Amino acid sequence: MQAFKQINGLVAPLDRANVDTDAIIPKQFLKSIKRAGFGPNAFDEWRYLDHGEPGMDNSKRKINPDFVLNQPRYQGASVLLTRENFGCGSSREHAPWALEDYGFKVVIAPSYADIFYNNCFKNGMLPIILSPSIVDALFTQVDASAGYQLNVNLEAQTITTPGGEVYTFEVDAFRKHCLMNGLDDIGLTMEQQDKIKLFEQKHQLAQPWLFK
Amino acid sequence: MAKTLYEKLFDAHVVHEENGTALIYIDRHLVHEVTSPQAFEGLKLANRKLWRPASILAVPDHNVPTTDRSAGVAGISDPISRLQVQTLDENCATYGVTEFKMNDARQGIVHVIGPEQGATLPGMTVVCGDSHTSTHGAFGALAHGIGTSEVEHVMATQCLVQKRSKTLQVLVEGELGLGVTAKDVALAIIGKIGTAGGNGFAIEFAGSAIRGLSMEGRMTLCNMAIEAGARAGMIAVDDITIDYVKGRPFSPKAELWSAAVAYWRTLHSDADAQFDAVVTLNAADIQPQVTWGTSPEMVVGIDGRVPSLDMAKNEVQRADWERAYVYMGLEANTPINAINIDKVFIGSCTNSRIEDLRAAAAVAKGKHIAPNIKLALVVPGSGLVKAQAESEGLDQIFIAAGFEWREPGCSMCLAMNADRLEAGERCASTSNRNFEGRQGQGGRTHLVSPQMAAAAALAGHFIDVRTFN
Repeated sequence: MQAFKQINGLVAPLDRANVDTDAIIPKQFLKSIKRAGFGPNAFDEWRYLDHGEPGMDNSKRKINPDFVLNQPRYQGASVLLTRENFGCGSSREHAPWALEDYGFKVVIAPSYADIFYNNCFKNGMLPIILSPSIVDALFTQVDASAGYQLNVNLEAQTITTPGGEVYTFEVDAFRKHCLMNGLDDIGLTMEQQDKIKLFEQKHQLAQPWLFK
Repeated sequence: MAKTLYEKLFDAHVVHEENGTALIYIDRHLVHEVTSPQAFEGLKLANRKLWRPASILAVPDHNVPTTDRSAGVAGISDPISRLQVQTLDENCATYGVTEFKMNDARQGIVHVIGPEQGATLPGMTVVCGDSHTSTHGAFGALAHGIGTSEVEHVMATQCLVQKRSKTLQVLVEGELGLGVTAKDVALAIIGKIGTAGGNGFAIEFAGSAIRGLSMEGRMTLCNMAIEAGARAGMIAVDDITIDYVKGRPFSPKAELWSAAVAYWRTLHSDADAQFDAVVTLNAADIQPQVTWGTSPEMVVGIDGRVPSLDMAKNEVQRADWERAYVYMGLEANTPINAINIDKVFIGSCTNSRIEDLRAAAAVAKGKHIAPNIKLALVVPGSGLVKAQAESEGLDQIFIAAGFEWREPGCSMCLAMNADRLEAGERCASTSNRNFEGRQGQGGRTHLVSPQMAAAAALAGHFIDVRTFN
């Protein structure tokens, strides 16, 4: 996994609450057996005017000029600003894969669905929770100034606006450590395999029917 | 100290806990074709092996056709779907994983076959790369969906890195009215607390109305815990749980049965256990529910109307509702029973078990779907549910009423296979998500119980199943 420490990123606003993972990456693209290549189909039904299917040449499709991420001023964005309960619904990790492949490294919202939130950290993406009023203020600022960028510093747990305002955010210490160092969870857990084996033996004695 | 059911289950599986992060042991890992290929690939690339292959049960369900399967996997017409099912078959063969293949009589939706086989047992930790894994909490198990990175992590280590959830008790007291089902209870709860209401929580459903539910009903309810934002839903073990589990292929046999039951009897919240939050509903107040919008929380009783904007609780909800009116092609104040439908889907991990099919068939018996219904699908949850239904003659009731009787799978719940809505089509669906595009791009989904779906098929519009006939 790629390490994440700090970025200066162009911010794109997606002003909707309860954006679900079906919207982030529609089901037809889940047929892929690969992890990569979902970016061109992120938000497919909102982003294009035609119906998307795997294998299409997306560069030839008609884009929806009304969809915010298609506006020229947001091209190259790496910070997605959105509303509450982002990533609800399906557990598909294809959602963070698609966002990451699109170019987002950070999502900012007042709240997330639990599984999506967790999946982000497994893919080098940082989901940040800020209060609804700060998120509101950021929406206003992004709208008001083209090229609006935020500085996101994971180590300091701060977001700095172009105007110099600094907002702090919370992140679990273990997740932060893994993200900053690009650590593979499985490798870390394997370091505890003696503990797992010990637990397994004890568990099997207590509930032998689980191991039949 | 008094513990909630969630705390008992969590504590019984902690391998290691430090600074609020725990490593918990996983007893059962259910696998399907959509969220596993990248996990198997990751194992291969890192040259890792499965920690305990016997803990895994795999089945293809999302991509499989529900029509003729006599040509086997090679006969799946969509080449990308076919490759995904073949990849599951190959991975299971390579890694020695038990798989019910597409044409196995026991194949079906992963959340139907786990309990059906006794592969889901009380007290277990159960995971699957699918958010509706919460279903298995109906057995007094700790069960939740995980992402593909976690699928790989469980395969390699038999463990998950977890933080403890807060606990929410949802009490439903009293008796449900005739024609009111677990599906209606689930939707009523989501209507009350919202789709984010359970974020960060594990929900325990309790109260006399919950104790009165069958295992099928309890699975329907726990299935939809995720639609309330909670990764896990659960219900205490009682006689109904134990009777259901007894004698199933993977259930404990004679010599271990009584020891297992003795332990399972402890799987309930202690009388004085403290929850972080409690929500109470009165069962008698719950009507058959119908969603009107693009989120399960946009729901009203069958007597209700599409709500108007002045009823929205804030600006964010107002904007959500305005978009939902447009997407759904509905105006505020439209009576629910005046909404005509085009298609009907009875199936999904929420409502495709034998009890669901019996209930729908009881409504459809001797009648016929309305002329405006283009397609009414019944998709049993598993091959065994299908066989049971056929032995009871339910298939003949459905076929005579104009429904199509299909092979088991996820089907039009998420429309990864050929079963889907066309743009603008409106569907009465027993599935779990009415998101934009969920059942097909531009499709309009209304979530209901199996009885309500069958009644809507016959009437051509939503109608109160309690007074229908």
